[in-house]
Amino acid sequence: MQALFGQLLIGLINGAFYATLSLGLAVIFGLLNIINFTHGAQYMMGAFVAWFLLTKAGIGYWWALLIAPIVVGALGILIERLMLARLYKLDHLYGLLLTFGLALIIQGLFRNEFGSSGLPYQIPSQLAGGMNLGFMFLPIYRAWVIVASLIVCLSTWYVIERTKLGSYLRAATENPALVQAFGINVPRMITLTFGFGVALAAFAGVMAAPIYQVNPLMGADIIIVVFAVVVIGGMGSIMGSILTGFGLGVVEGLTKYFYPEASNTVIFVVMVIVLMFRPAGLFSKEH
Amino acid sequence: MNVLKHNLLALAIAGTFAAGVAHAQISDNIIKIGVLSDMSSLYTDLAGAGSVAAAKLAVEDSGIEKRGFKIEYVSADHQNKPDVGSAIARQWFDTDKVDVIVDVPNSGVALAVNQITKDKGKVFLVSGAASSDLTGKACTPNTVHWTYDTWMLANGTGTAITKSGGDTWFFITADYAFGAALERDTTAAVQKAGGKVLGAVKAPLNTQDFSSFLLQAQASKAKIVGLANAGGDTTNSIKQAAEFGIVKGGQNLAGLLVFLTDVHSLGLQTAQGLIVTNTFYWDTNDQTRAFAKRFAAVDKGIHPTMVHAGVYASVLHYLKAVEALKSDDGTKVVAKMKEMPTDDPLFGKGTIRADGRKIHPAYLVEVKKPSESKAPWDYYKVRSTIPADQAFRPLAEGGCSLVK
Repeated sequence: MQALFGQLLIGLINGAFYATLSLGLAVIFGLLNIINFTHGAQYMMGAFVAWFLLTKAGIGYWWALLIAPIVVGALGILIERLMLARLYKLDHLYGLLLTFGLALIIQGLFRNEFGSSGLPYQIPSQLAGGMNLGFMFLPIYRAWVIVASLIVCLSTWYVIERTKLGSYLRAATENPALVQAFGINVPRMITLTFGFGVALAAFAGVMAAPIYQVNPLMGADIIIVVFAVVVIGGMGSIMGSILTGFGLGVVEGLTKYFYPEASNTVIFVVMVIVLMFRPAGLFSKEH
Repeated sequence: MNVLKHNLLALAIAGTFAAGVAHAQISDNIIKIGVLSDMSSLYTDLAGAGSVAAAKLAVEDSGIEKRGFKIEYVSADHQNKPDVGSAIARQWFDTDKVDVIVDVPNSGVALAVNQITKDKGKVFLVSGAASSDLTGKACTPNTVHWTYDTWMLANGTGTAITKSGGDTWFFITADYAFGAALERDTTAAVQKAGGKVLGAVKAPLNTQDFSSFLLQAQASKAKIVGLANAGGDTTNSIKQAAEFGIVKGGQNLAGLLVFLTDVHSLGLQTAQGLIVTNTFYWDTNDQTRAFAKRFAAVDKGIHPTMVHAGVYASVLHYLKAVEALKSDDGTKVVAKMKEMPTDDPLFGKGTIRADGRKIHPAYLVEVKKPSESKAPWDYYKVRSTIPADQAFRPLAEGGCSLVK
C-alpha cells in the first residue's frame, strides 16, 4: 500500500510535465487552430537555453526559468510571423506538416552539434536533497516541479477563461473580423499567444533539465505522448489538458508498478478507448 | 532511411597498382564495408558516426588500398528496430554488394542481422551489440563478436561487486534482448559468487523517467541496484538514482554497461565511484592515446568508446584475413580470421574462438572523482585486470553448435 502512494505521487510529477506541455499545445490549438508539432523541439530548446546560460554565462536555474521561455518564445514568434502566418488560410494539415518538418530539422541540428548522450545539468542547490514522507523519499526538486507547474497551469487557465484579455482572445478565435472591428489588433494577439504557448514548452524544458539529461532527443518522444494527452482531453480545452495531463501521469505511474512493460503504451490505449466513445475528447465543449 | 554513401576511392593510386595484381576472388573487385548503427537515437554517441570513422581509420592503417584493393563504405541508421535493420542488411547483401556488416549496437537488431548474414554467407563483425547469445545458441560460422558481451560484463562487474559484500541485487532491466541477456548472465554470476537476486523490473527501451522503477528498487531493500541497460537509459537512471537518494539510503548502484560517453554525459560529479567493466580505455598506452587523438579529430572531440575500438580492430583483422586469403567469400574469411592470431594497437594480441568470440583481457575500472581527473575524458582508473582466458564465457558453456 505504501509503495502505491509513492507511485501515485511519482505519476503526479510526470503528469505535471504532461500538463504544462499539453497546456501550451492546447492554448495554441484552441486559439490559433495550429497543431504545433515543434512543441517537443521547443521544450528541448528551453532545456538547452538553460544549459547555455549556466555553462557559457554562469547564469543559474532561477534566471533560466525566466529567460529561456522568453528566448524560445521569441524564436516561436519568429516562426509564426515568417512561416505559419502564411498558412492560416489553408487546412490545419499544412501547419502540422510545416511544424513537423521544422521539429525534425531543429532536432537534427542539435543532435549533430551536441550528440545523443545529453549534457549534465545539476539540480539548483536550494532544491537539492529530499525528505522522507514515510512511504517514500521525495526529492525536493520533484515537489517543486508539481507546485511550479500547478501555479503556471492554473494561472494560464485563469487568464484565458476568467479575465478580459482572455475573453478577447476567445472572441478573436470565434470571429476575428468582428473583434478586429472593435479596434483590437487580432494578428498581434495571435502572434503573442503563439509565443506564450511556445514559452510554456520552454518553461517545461528548463524544469526538466535537472531531472533528465539536456538531450537533443528529449522532446521527440514526449511530444507524441503529449499529443495523445491533448487528444484525450479534447483539442483546445484548457482545463481539459491540465486535468488529463496530471491524470494520465498517474495512470502511467501505476502501469509502471503493475505492468511496467506496458508503461510506454498505456496512454495510447487510453487514447484509443476515448476516441471510440468520446471522439471529441473527455473535456471538449463540442459535441 | 538515412543512408549515407561514401566512396573513398583512392582511385588513381589503386588503379596504377591494380593493373598487375589479380584479385580474381574478390567479388566485383571491391571490398564493401557496411556500417549499420544507431545514427539518431540513444546509442549514437557510443557507436554511430564514430563507428564509421573507426572503420575508415582501420582501412587507412591496414594500407590495403596501397596494395591494390578497392574499399567502399556504406552506412545506415537501423533506428533500433530489428525490422528496419533486417531490411537494410538484406538490401546491402542482395543488391548493394556489401561484403561485411560491422558494429550494430542493439542486440535485437544484431541477432536479426546475424541470421541474415549466415543465410547469405557474408561476414558480420559485431562490436556494439552485447548479447552473449551471438556466440552462444545463435552462433554462426559468419559472425565474429569482438568487443564485449553480457557474460563478460556480468562476470566482471557482477562478480566483483558480489564478492566485495554487495550480495543482494535488484535489477532495472531494459525490456529487449540485450537487457534480458544481461540480467540472466548477471544473475548467474551473482548466484555463483554467493549472492541473491531479490527482484527485477523491466523498463521499456528509451525510458525518460526511471523514478517509478527506482522506488521499486528502493522498496526491495536490495544492497545493489543493478542497471541492466545502456546508453541514455543508463545515464537517466544513474542521474535519477542520485536524486532519489538511492546511494545515501545505503544501496549501491551497479552500472552493468556504462560507456565512456555515458560518463562524459553524466559528468564526474554524478558518475564518480561507479565500477564498470571495459575492454578498452583510450588512456592505456601510447598507441591507444595516439588512436584516441586521431579519432577525436574526426568525431567531434568524442574519445573512442570500446565499441569504436572494436570496430577499428575487427575491420583491421578482417582485412588481414581477406588479404591472406585473396578472397572475400564470407564463410572462408571468418574461418581464416579464427585461424590467424589477432594483433592490433588497441586490444593487443588475441585470438578468435571457434564460436566467434574474440578473446582479450577485460578491465574493472572505477570512475574518478572530479578532483582526480586532470583533463577532459580522463575518467577511469583501473582497479583490476581480468585475464583473457577468464574474461569471457568458457567455450563449452555457451551451447554453440560450432563447438565440437
